Amino acid sequence: MNILVCLKQILDPEIPARDFRVDSVKREAERGSATLVTNIFCENALETALQLRERVSTAKITVLSFGQPSAEDSLRKALAMKADAAALVVGDGNTNPDPLTVAHVLAAAIAKLGTFDLIMVGREAGDWGAGQTGGLIAEELELPCVSFVDRIESANGHLRLKRQTDTGWEMLEAEPPVVLTVTNDEHNVPRIPKVRDVMMSYRQPLTKWTLDDLGIKADEARAGNAYYEVSDLSIPQKETRCEFVTGDTLDEKVEAFARRIIEVTGAL
Amino acid sequence: MNDIIISLFASAGFDKSAQGLAGAGRRLATELGGQLRAIVIGAGADSLASEVARVADTVTVADQAELAEYQPEICLSALVHLCGELSPRAVLLAGDTYSQEIAPRLAYRLGGSAVGDGVEVRMEGEALRVSRQVYGGKAQAVLELKRTPAVVWLRARAFAPAVPRPEAGEITRAALNIQADTRTRIVERKREEGGDVRLEEARVIVSGGRGIGGPEPFESELKPLADLLGAQMAASRAACDAGWVPPTWQVGQTGKKVTPELYLGIAITGASQHMAGISEAKVIAAVNTDSDAPIFKHSRFGIVEDYRKVVPLLREKLAALQK
Repeated sequence: MNILVCLKQILDPEIPARDFRVDSVKREAERGSATLVTNIFCENALETALQLRERVSTAKITVLSFGQPSAEDSLRKALAMKADAAALVVGDGNTNPDPLTVAHVLAAAIAKLGTFDLIMVGREAGDWGAGQTGGLIAEELELPCVSFVDRIESANGHLRLKRQTDTGWEMLEAEPPVVLTVTNDEHNVPRIPKVRDVMMSYRQPLTKWTLDDLGIKADEARAGNAYYEVSDLSIPQKETRCEFVTGDTLDEKVEAFARRIIEVTGAL
Repeated sequence: MNDIIISLFASAGFDKSAQGLAGAGRRLATELGGQLRAIVIGAGADSLASEVARVADTVTVADQAELAEYQPEICLSALVHLCGELSPRAVLLAGDTYSQEIAPRLAYRLGGSAVGDGVEVRMEGEALRVSRQVYGGKAQAVLELKRTPAVVWLRARAFAPAVPRPEAGEITRAALNIQADTRTRIVERKREEGGDVRLEEARVIVSGGRGIGGPEPFESELKPLADLLGAQMAASRAACDAGWVPPTWQVGQTGKKVTPELYLGIAITGASQHMAGISEAKVIAAVNTDSDAPIFKHSRFGIVEDYRKVVPLLREKLAALQK
């Protein structure tokens, strides 16, 4: 079984709001002192794949990223988590290509890498959060797609997929090849690689391609902004003044708190 | 090319989302001088159609036995077929699981552009622009969709509902014969307990975070409080990831986007990713031991105390006040 997992390197989404700035002319976030990390849902996808491989010993996991040269670090970390192979497509400097461009480039790279039974991506990224890469890759490759998957079982070449819905969960049966978007649950919290494995990962082979190598012209990829374009990016200024309830005793404070609640709910 | 389609899965009925979707669609159609057309799909589509006809100019019921229960590939093909025939300027969907799953693929097949989680959609001259939160709610972006149709799933409950029209729209049944696609099929559907009233529709929400400390207090402390207030229960991602409560309870950027009158956050720090899910709540109130917790920056009122001391007393006080 051949598994491909796409990884996106993003600005650390955990940076506090007070340290977050945007460049409103370039319409992108400022790097500032923030570190770059692998998008958490991509790591949930990788973890789900790694757990599947523990049960299907023939499975091989390839990780793929499209991004800046620094995205190599995300792939190295994935190798340290014991992915089998890694490939990086280095972009043309457009730091925020639109979802169709991303899917087009990833689909071309996937086709060049071989054939896969499972193509897995995170449900969305912690930066732009478009949540479109999986669906659009499926369209580019003419494959079916299942979203919000959190568990995969495989038996006799058939797949059983559990996925989250608004109201609970669903079980699906699927025939590979299929594209999956993966969401988080208590079972796919990404493992932490050993420091030694991270160091060793830098000695492992890693395929690097440019857009040219995939037969994609850089200006064609940039023209992908024909899908959508960011026309404005700003930090909303909305802060509510919180009234902290007062009182000499806990009893008085909670009483005041309860009264404020009733003011709101009593009118419903 | 000036028409707006709203696409509805019948299973949710004409809920607040569907009404908000119709409202957003009507305003856009009016700006464009076009019609508001609805497509309804799935079991129960007929009764939904008659409700939607009060606000839409036309309603198309997708008529094929295999569409009664959602299956990703065949529903997608049906919507591609129905939307394609109507040549709309935009197709609007709600933020449910199925709509999110389908939107980008629908756009691809119609030669359009998709964007999700829109909180505003408007025409600026010829351009269709959608506002949405990015960077986990830390920033707001306006995206201009370059292709037609624009396929947009909305945080629909955040939109004002459509006003009923004097004359009901025309309902037509579209007999479809879409080939089933057996490469994927949903074989089991499970509703979690409490999944009957959708969190997105709740008017009061009691929500717990990492500081709750385990699964038991959700049951022993928060549940009785929620019952007193007639509230739905919810949680932060940390509490869901820990397995304390089901993932359906998760509120935030990647969980539910809720719009209650009151959101009571208990032992929730309020990281921007969490706040992104409650930005449309009318009133936020918080209980936290840390007065610097970010949730207080968005709260109308708060109490700086350990929830273990506050919640039992709060139940007593509320019960007394409600008498």
